[in-house]
Amino acid sequence: MDWQVAGFLSIDGITSGAIYALLALALVLVFSVTRIILVPLGELMVFGGLTLALLEHGRMPATTWLLLGLGALCFLQEAIAAWRHGAARSARPLLIAGLKFLLFPLLMHLLLSWAAPRELPVALDMALTALAVVPMAPMIYRIGFQPVAGASPLVLLIIAVAVHFALTGLGLVMFGPEGWSAKPIWDASFELAGLPLSGQSIVVWVSTLLLMLALYLYFNRTLSGKALRAVAVNRLGARLIGVGTAQSGRLAFTLAGAIVTVCGMLSVPITALTYDGGFVIALKGFIGAIIGGLVGYPLAAAGALLVGLLEAFSSFWASSHKEVIVFTLVLPVLLWRSLATRHQHHDDEEE
Amino acid sequence: MANVNRKLLLAFVAVVGLLPLLPVPDFWISLLNYIGLASLVALGLVLLTGVGGLTSFGQAAFVGIGAYSTAYLSTAHALSPWLGLLLGLAITVTAVLIIGAVTLSMSGHYLALATIAWALALYYLFGTLGILGYHDGLSGIPALELLGVSLADGRAMYCLIWLLVLLAVFAARNLLDSRPGRAIRALKGRGGMAEAMGVNTVWLKMVVFVLAAVLACLSGWLYAHLQRTVSPSSFGLNYGIEYLFMAVIGGVGHVWGAILGATVFTLAKEFLRGQLPALLRLEVSIEMIVFGVLMVLLLQYARNGLWPLLRRFFPAAPPVRVPAEAPALPKRDKPAAGEPLLSVRALRKEFGGLTAVDNVDFELRAGEIVGLIGPNGAGKSTTFNMITGVQTATSGSVHFRGEQLTGLSARQIVRRGIGRTFQHVQLLPEMSALENVALGAHLRGDYRPQGGVLASILRLNRAEEAKLLREAARQLERVGLKDCMHQEAGSLALGQQRLLEIARALCTDPTLLLLDEPAAGLRYREKQALAELLRSLKAEGMSVLIVEHDMDFVMNLTDRLVVMEFGRKIAEGSPDEVQRNPAVLEAYLGAVEEAS
Repeated sequence: MDWQVAGFLSIDGITSGAIYALLALALVLVFSVTRIILVPLGELMVFGGLTLALLEHGRMPATTWLLLGLGALCFLQEAIAAWRHGAARSARPLLIAGLKFLLFPLLMHLLLSWAAPRELPVALDMALTALAVVPMAPMIYRIGFQPVAGASPLVLLIIAVAVHFALTGLGLVMFGPEGWSAKPIWDASFELAGLPLSGQSIVVWVSTLLLMLALYLYFNRTLSGKALRAVAVNRLGARLIGVGTAQSGRLAFTLAGAIVTVCGMLSVPITALTYDGGFVIALKGFIGAIIGGLVGYPLAAAGALLVGLLEAFSSFWASSHKEVIVFTLVLPVLLWRSLATRHQHHDDEEE
Repeated sequence: MANVNRKLLLAFVAVVGLLPLLPVPDFWISLLNYIGLASLVALGLVLLTGVGGLTSFGQAAFVGIGAYSTAYLSTAHALSPWLGLLLGLAITVTAVLIIGAVTLSMSGHYLALATIAWALALYYLFGTLGILGYHDGLSGIPALELLGVSLADGRAMYCLIWLLVLLAVFAARNLLDSRPGRAIRALKGRGGMAEAMGVNTVWLKMVVFVLAAVLACLSGWLYAHLQRTVSPSSFGLNYGIEYLFMAVIGGVGHVWGAILGATVFTLAKEFLRGQLPALLRLEVSIEMIVFGVLMVLLLQYARNGLWPLLRRFFPAAPPVRVPAEAPALPKRDKPAAGEPLLSVRALRKEFGGLTAVDNVDFELRAGEIVGLIGPNGAGKSTTFNMITGVQTATSGSVHFRGEQLTGLSARQIVRRGIGRTFQHVQLLPEMSALENVALGAHLRGDYRPQGGVLASILRLNRAEEAKLLREAARQLERVGLKDCMHQEAGSLALGQQRLLEIARALCTDPTLLLLDEPAAGLRYREKQALAELLRSLKAEGMSVLIVEHDMDFVMNLTDRLVVMEFGRKIAEGSPDEVQRNPAVLEAYLGAVEEAS
């Protein structure tokens, strides 16, 4: 291998590593706030990518049907909750729920059916995609997790896997078995010290850095970001000072949903996405997150970058064993983690 | 009552046994074969997830190892399937030991994540290895032969599969009703209780993980010789997830739930794949959506699965029987009254800049009841935790009967004769009082402390069980809970639960009993009963160290008091002396007076 090949593989690895890093951040965010290992993040990412790809191809994505369905279920839950609390005197909460869960999905549905056959600028397509996909994340929290927020991490994990199962099945119904890809956001190519560098790679790098900066500012400079950090440190303490479990859970899911939707839209021009491809991509982000012990953001991002590089280089040396190598990496990583935390008591199960 | 259950069990075994002789269509026999294979894997997950509190999404990978090992040896090298089984088991156990070693000392979800990655890695490996036939897999696997009879026929395989399923169910039931089984059931307990009873929790987690993987491997071996061809697609991660779903549907905490879950799941899948798409004219299969949604609903509304719903129609299982006579367990030598027992020297604990315990010294002699008291935040519990090995001291030492305790784990400390109770009661609420107490005798069995698993499975442990249960019953009687022996621990009142914890601690055959706020939350009468019990234990020669808030309780009970405030010892002496001590009056009693 000469340096040129190495450079080429590095660019490739850093680009996919950047996507994995965003997924890892989303996973850490959700886990630290809710104790949920959100396996279905991969499906949301794919929904984002495929929705954008279909819009670009002038086809109506079935995404909004799912949004309508999830919204209806959420509304039903809110209505039952309101009825149980005898809140019939005030119709306000129910009205807001109706706007959020019924009217908004319907609007999105009409908007997307209007936009699909038209050739809109890519930025507009992306905005529409985000508006259609991101709200699904808090809806999934509302339906699947909020009723059992106090359950053990093990139960939450099994629910997360069940949601992954259901979303994969829905993905097949919504998008069919074939893969889709989209036009690059920035269709340019450069030469960097003799290496080809695509505009899309630069877009991925810059967006990743910007998103990370935004997250950093959010967690350090805003009240709601600090509230989320408080929940991550001590759930009960946060609740006592008025930060609710349910609202922080929904917020964490929304943020994670936004991050992975961006991931999907960034990666769909690079590789074609299929309905079931998100899981494996998300898992590579998970390996990065495990390197960060599921709680540390910088380590998780660095770990995910490492996974991307390892994947790129192993595809050169042993292309057919690429996935085997990447997923076996989890063992030494876990060994390192377990040695690093050997003398600490783990009482996560206690919550 | 017990008879009805026994008859039902016999009827079930008879139906299972007679089925292949009846003119049942081959399609149903084949379906039952797959149900049996899935039951084996689901049973392993019941042990791992429902009983042990861990989970694995990678069981399909162990099934794959079992299937591919025998497929490879019997096709490429024409070796006996039995060698294939051995190879499969060897690879499975090796893999489990490696995965377990890197994950089991950390919290539960790491094992689950590791098994997801492991399942994917192995799935891709099956598809990329030339000797395993890439994505096409291996075919032409010979049929099994047993005692000269060929098992090429589906009905013949049915007999072997269901024989093994029933054997596995009975093995699992035997294991759970045994000393190591109770320790495994205690893995889900909190706050290091199991370790404080002498259970090596990491090792026992490994044991259940091995058992679950071995059952999966066995299922794969049978699958290869039933199907006569293997390919990677049967061992993907989705199958691993489906096995877990089966266990959850059936009832993840119940041995029979495995068979129920495997049956319901397999039939439902058959319907969703076969009939439903034709019925609704669907172009794509919707089984994943249905199972995913069903699982979410089940985990939200009926987390214990279907078995408990079904179980209601049968009479309750008879309680564990306590033998009237059994040889007494060996006891350790007890020190003579007045001999120095516990000596705490300059014990110190710092949390960052905060000194929680500041060079505390005190002594306890055999036959004494000593109280460690002080206002909130005085450092009593930290001192207690350092003596019991839950926290490590920054400096200083604790000696017990002349031996240094500092640096020993909770498990090593109980072995030396220190029994303890917990500030927040740590019982296994669904187990009977008797079984909870028997857990205390974990180190006093006939087998190695963490061993005896195989003997329990084979039911060779009856003598051990008789002795342990007899001892547990004796200790329950000693604390006055004889009548509650067969009740679920979770159904007892708090006062009874605290007494139960003392009985469990007594079952460890302690020289010294450490009680962490035993009177907290008790009513007046319950406190009186507790004090009565402690006095009678003292009369029998027991030494006791009590950490306590309740002044009345300790004043009337203890021989000596050690008073702490802000991490320091401020006084020591008889209750009378301490009550007159001006420092104590100001620090402790004064504060109490003002508060009230």
